[in-house]
Amino acid sequence: MPLELFRIDDRLIHGQVVVGWGQPMRLGFIVLVDDEVAASEWERELYRMGVPPEVDVVFETVEGAAARIDEFARDPRPGILLTGDVDSMARLAQACGRVRTVNLGGIHHRAGRAQRLRYVFLAPEEEQALRALEQTGIAVTAQDVPGARPVPLHDVLAGKGE
Amino acid sequence: MSNGPDAPRAIVAAHGDLAAGLVSAVERITGRGAMLSAMSNVALGADEMEAAMRARIADGLHAIFTDLPSGSWTMATRRAMRGNDHVVLVTGVNLAALLEFVMRDDLAPADAARACIDRARGAISLVGGGGRAS
Repeated sequence: MPLELFRIDDRLIHGQVVVGWGQPMRLGFIVLVDDEVAASEWERELYRMGVPPEVDVVFETVEGAAARIDEFARDPRPGILLTGDVDSMARLAQACGRVRTVNLGGIHHRAGRAQRLRYVFLAPEEEQALRALEQTGIAVTAQDVPGARPVPLHDVLAGKGE
Repeated sequence: MSNGPDAPRAIVAAHGDLAAGLVSAVERITGRGAMLSAMSNVALGADEMEAAMRARIADGLHAIFTDLPSGSWTMATRRAMRGNDHVVLVTGVNLAALLEFVMRDDLAPADAARACIDRARGAISLVGGGGRAS
């Protein structure tokens, strides 16, 4: 499947995504799924400027991405689909039924969240949503960069990943 | 904010401990490391980074250096710069850029930041490997 990574990362497009993951996989396109970014030309331009010219960026709402998921899957280039939060990925997975794995790449501190890994902080409702994803057969692991060990969700929630 | 030699005149925001390392090197070479304020992105989310950058801009620091053009500090800084047209951002910071910046204290910080770009670009060269040195 050309969409090789479904990643939750609250920084969206940044160094780990473009360089850390993107260069080894010869990244061809990024699908940035975020309702607010999709609605803002200024935000879209900000993220567009953050990627090298050989990488295409597609901006979609959750609904729009679900509608186009087969089109993205047919793209022969390696691609990454990004959401900035658990809720968006959960809604996408439910809407399209095509998500098989979810990568927790960076969910940082915010009020109400508890630290689970160095780069993963989760609120109770986010933990519940991730457990629900796993119960549908989706493999959820945390891994910030390709060289790191993927940490299964069970270990993430137990704080045993590092 | 004071404009004395010990007062920060610019922010250096980078991945991991890079900014602190660059500032440390500037201090070793020139004794002017205090003119730079280092910021790390470790354990910070995008909102926290933007808030931290806004706070430093509000403190009066109007020249900002970041490392990767696609990096999270660059993104956060560009957001924080909205409505602050007097703030300048230099991406792809290297040691040569910062050395030039701290030595140009005859200029306003934003002007000094602009002035150091050519120095930064010129510091990158290829030597050996069978090709011509540049």
